[in-house]
Order: sequence, then C-alpha cells, then structure tokens
Amino acid sequence: MQKRIVIPFGPQHPVLPEPIHLDLVLEDERVVDAIPSIGYLHRGLEKLVDKREFPEYVYVIERTCGICSFIHGLSYCQAVEEMMKIEVPERALFLRTIGSEYSRLHSHLLTLGCLADGMGFENLFMGFWRVRERVLNRMEESLGGRVIQGTCKVGGVRKDMDGEMLERMKAELDVLDKEMKEMTGVLLRDDAVKYRMKGIGVLPKKDAFELGAVGPTGRGSGVRIDLRERGYAAYGKIGFEPVLETAGDCYARTAVRCRELLLSTRIIRQCIGKIPDGPIETKVTGNPNGEYASRVEQPRGEAVHYAKGDGGRYLKRFRIRTPTFANIPSLVHMLKGYELADVPVIIMSIDPCISCTER
Amino acid sequence: MSYFKKSPWIIHYDGSSCNGCDIEVLACLTPMYDVERFGIVNTGNPKHADIFVITGSVNEQNIEVVKNIYHQMPNPKVVVAVGICATSGGVFRECYNVMGGVDKVLPVDVYVPGCAARPEAIIDGIVKAIGILEKKRKEMDEKG
Ligand code: SF4
Repeated sequence: MQKRIVIPFGPQHPVLPEPIHLDLVLEDERVVDAIPSIGYLHRGLEKLVDKREFPEYVYVIERTCGICSFIHGLSYCQAVEEMMKIEVPERALFLRTIGSEYSRLHSHLLTLGCLADGMGFENLFMGFWRVRERVLNRMEESLGGRVIQGTCKVGGVRKDMDGEMLERMKAELDVLDKEMKEMTGVLLRDDAVKYRMKGIGVLPKKDAFELGAVGPTGRGSGVRIDLRERGYAAYGKIGFEPVLETAGDCYARTAVRCRELLLSTRIIRQCIGKIPDGPIETKVTGNPNGEYASRVEQPRGEAVHYAKGDGGRYLKRFRIRTPTFANIPSLVHMLKGYELADVPVIIMSIDPCISCTER
Repeated sequence: MSYFKKSPWIIHYDGSSCNGCDIEVLACLTPMYDVERFGIVNTGNPKHADIFVITGSVNEQNIEVVKNIYHQMPNPKVVVAVGICATSGGVFRECYNVMGGVDKVLPVDVYVPGCAARPEAIIDGIVKAIGILEKKRKEMDEKG
C-alpha cells in the first residue's frame, strides 16, 4: 500500500472566500478521501427566533447569507404567510420574483468570477464582476440595497417599482444579455478552461440523485430538480424550462450556471410584461400558529425553511436546510480520485456558500 | 497620498460573517471601485500583508485562526473591522455562538460601519488604515 498523507485545506485559503476546512487524504497526488469539518462560521441564528418577534425576524433571516439574502427573506415570509393564511397581493408576488431573479444573476456572476479567479483567469474574474455591478446597481435602485435588501416582509413587499423603473430595467436587460453572453462565451470556449474542467469531478446522475444533490450541482448531472417549477411566488404564471446538462463534471455545472443567467433575464422580462397593478402588501393581524416548510430555489439549489408557531409573537421553532449543506456529500464524493491540483476547481464548481451552511 | 512608501497589501479573513461584507470587500478590488490602481492587493498569505481586514464576529472556533493570522503578519500591521458584525456582533450579538466584535481578541484600529458596509465605506476605512500604518512604521523606525 502506498503511504497516505493528510493535507489540511483551509480554513483560510486563497481560493476560499469563506472558511471551511477539509482534511484531504492523499495517495501520491490523488485524493482518496476528504473529511470536511465546519463550524467556523456558525452563529446560531435559528435560535434567535426566541428573541425577535416574527415580523422582525426577517432582518435576521436575510443575513443568513449575504449572497442569497433576498430569497431567504422571501422563503421565510412565505412560511409565515402560509401559517397565517395571508393572501399576498399579486403585484407583490411578481416583485418578489423579479427580486429573486436579480439575486440569482448577481450570485451566478459572482461565483463564475470566483471560479475563473480560482483557475488563474484574473481578467475574466474582473469581467464577470464588472457585469455584476450593473445588476447590483439595479438591485440597489429597485430593491433598496446592494447585497442586503430588507425588501420582503410578512404580507408583501416594502418597496414598489414604478413603471418608469421597470422600463429602465427592461432596457438594461438587453445590455446585460449581450455582456453576459460575451463573458460566458469566453469562459466556456477557452481550451484551458475545458482542460481543467471537462471530465473533472464527475458526479453521475445516479449518485447525484442518491446523494441528494440540489441546484446546478444536481442539474449539471441531469437531475431535474428546480423548485421554481413548483410555482411559488409568481413562477407559476411564467413559462420556463429548467436548464439541464448531462455530463456531471465541473464543466457541466458551470455551463448550467452560464445558461441560467440568460434564463433569469428571460424570466425578469416576462415578469415585467405581466406584472399587474394593485397594492403591494396586506395588513397582517394575529400571530402565526401551526407549522409550515417552505421550499424555494436559491442560486445554489433548494432551500427549506421550516417554521412552527404557537400563536405567540415569537416562533417556537425555526430551521433552515440550505443548498450547500445538501451538496457537501456530493462534493466529498466528487473529490475522490482526482488530483490535489483539481481540488480548488471542484470545490468552486459546487459554488459553496459556507455561511448558509453553518447559519 | 504621497506618503505611500510601499503598496499596502491586505489579507481578508471572514470571521462568522454573513458573506454580505465579504463580497463587498471583494467588490472593492473589481473594476467598479478598483483599489488595485492604488497598489492595494488582496493576498492570501499573512506574511505578505500589512492590513488585516476582518469581517464578521469571532466565536470559539475561529478565535485561534484569527489570532494565528494576526501573529503571522509582520510589523507594523493594522486591523480593520468591516461591518457591524465585526464591530460589535451586530444583528447576531445575541446568538449563542457569537462572542462579539473582533476587538475582543485583537486591537482594532479602524471600524467600518454598515450592514453590509458599502464599498465606498470600506475604501475609506482602508485609506484611514494606511495613515495609521505609516504612523506605526515611523514609530518603529524611531525606536530603531
Ligand atoms: S455586518 Fe451585516 S452584512 Fe456584514 S457580515 Fe454582518 S450581518 Fe452580514
């Protein structure tokens, strides 16, 4: 038997924006096992429901993760609204959908940039982030914040978008499309990128399904899992097809994200076309009683928000299952058998969000 | 700012933040804000860094990591706490696994407010830190 060595990876590592620690067990250059250990980021914010009243808790839940903050807020509100049987006005649902898709754009652009940086393409990283600033400007203008918005509230949304703003957004979507196509074209057509990602970190469809991969990680392996198809918020009134790839390697997962960028702008366009007039919130009376698990599609995959109330101002129990948490078993599986130099690319290819995972 | 003797390099560590401030720190380096034009580079190696930018609060698990990075940095060094989490614990201060601001473990020189801190504010903070860095360097030189 060859000698095995253990190499610690993280928590502070140049490719990782966030701390996670992996013990990589190597035989020569090959990874035979990876043991993740987490806990550097744990805050325990689920427990904070004891101390914050339920309408106030939206601010905390949005800060689960600064990248998918909007969708966390949406999901929490959805759970509470279902418990309290609140009818959310149509217009608010459309505004929430637009907000979600903008978050997805910003998240995907961010992660594609970081992936490029992880492979040494610094220019491409800068390019993606330049496009992302456009998205952030729109988000700041329409939702009220660059990364943390506080737009969703129980019963609707806080901020309306007027017709003029929607028109401006629509006009900019074409520019965005053009720029994103250019950037993703560079990324996907480059030979060096293909060399580093094709056939690396393969997750076959069967394994992806069994390990419960979600989001682009699952879709890259051909598992049709896109919670938007269930039609929460206004997705039920929008026509779209989830993006699927079949190869299951790093390249496929990246391609899914690249194609989803264009899907998001398509959804936003449809929303702007179909958005009805009307109020943006309903008055909330009473307290949540009962329990509900709300499922939404985040940029990284399915997130489940479970809430339980007993008729008081404070929720009794609250729990989140985040997409990266669901993808870690797949990640460990993917790493086995590849070389140490591939590890950063494989890790970046599932688009890990550690602060979600650890809450 | 003619008093730059050396391009100040920063190292960024994410305590237990929500990511919001981290991505804003990264955004400072990208074309819209682009602090690299002033020679400010984000390095992954503590031994190359002058300014320690930390986002998020400290907890039992990461306290050692934070201290470790700080002690590996050469003198003079400056600590910048970015975001309200790093300043006091912020929205999470009542969580059971949050000890509080970074000043519980390290001497913090500059606090950048905001949740999330805006890139403009972060750049302001770094510029302030550069001033403090120069001062510390001078003091070191005088002591010999
Ligand atoms: S200050 Fe706010 S945005 Fe920054 S890490 Fe803390 S909670 Fe997140």
